[in-house]
Amino acid sequence: MLFYVFAAVAVISSLLVIAQRNPIYSVLLLIASFGALSGLYVLLDAPFVAVIQIIVYAGAIMVLFLFVVMLLNAPHEETEYDERVHPLMHPATMRFGAFLAVVLIVELVWALTRAGSDSTAFPDAVSSVKVIGVLLFTEYSFPFEVTSVLILVAMVGAVVLARREAR
Amino acid sequence: MVPITHYLVLSAILFAIGTAGVFVRRNLITILLSIEIMLNAVNLTFVAFGRGFGTADGQIIVFFVMTVAAAEAAVGLAIVIALFRHRESLNPDSWTALKW
Repeated sequence: MLFYVFAAVAVISSLLVIAQRNPIYSVLLLIASFGALSGLYVLLDAPFVAVIQIIVYAGAIMVLFLFVVMLLNAPHEETEYDERVHPLMHPATMRFGAFLAVVLIVELVWALTRAGSDSTAFPDAVSSVKVIGVLLFTEYSFPFEVTSVLILVAMVGAVVLARREAR
Repeated sequence: MVPITHYLVLSAILFAIGTAGVFVRRNLITILLSIEIMLNAVNLTFVAFGRGFGTADGQIIVFFVMTVAAAEAAVGLAIVIALFRHRESLNPDSWTALKW
C-alpha cells in the first residue's frame, strides 16, 4: 500500500529531524519528509498542492533554511549544557509528559480502530488546477490580495532585521 | 482508497513530533524546523478533509498556509541571524534579558 510507505517515510524522517544534532542533516531530512507528504497529496487527488509542496516548500523555504545554517556555521548544540539545565528535566514534568504521550497514543489507536473501511463513501475529487484558480480569484480574492501584502511586510521585515547595524 | 481517518492519525503523529521538537531541542534553527513540521501536519489535515468532503477549499487554505509559512521562515531566520550576530550562540536560553 503506497499510503503506508509514504507515511512511514514521513514519520521516520520527521523523527530523525528532531533527533539530529547537526542542523544541516535536519534540513535535508525535512526535505525527504516533504517529498513523502507530496506523495500523500498525490494520493489524495491534490496534484496542485503536491507540486507547490515540492517547489515552494522543498525548493524555496528549505533552501532558505539551508542557506542560513551554512551562513551561521554553528552546526552543533552544546550537549553537556543540554543535559544539565534543560527546563524539561524535572521529574514531575517528565511524568506529566509521559502521561500526555500515553493519552495521545490511546486516542490515536482508538481513532484507528473506529476507522471504517468504507472506500465507496468518497465524493468525486476536485483536483483540477482550473477550479482552484477560479476559486482563488473569485471567492478567495480578498485573502489572496492580503497574502501579497503579507509577503511584502515579511520581505521588508527580514531585510530590516538582518541588516548589519551602522556603527 | 485509505480512509480519511488514517490521514488524520498520520497528521496527529507528525504534529506531535513537531511539538516535541519545539519543547525538547535547544537550537533555534531546529525549533523553526519543528514548526514547519507542525504546519505540514495541519496542511495534510486540510487536504484530507477537502478530499473527504469533495471540495477544493482545503487545497486553497493550504496555499495560504504555505505563504504564511514562507513569511514566517523569512522573518524567523532574519531574527535568528540578528540574534546570532549579537551573542554567537543558537541556544534560546542565551537570551533571558526579558525574562521575569
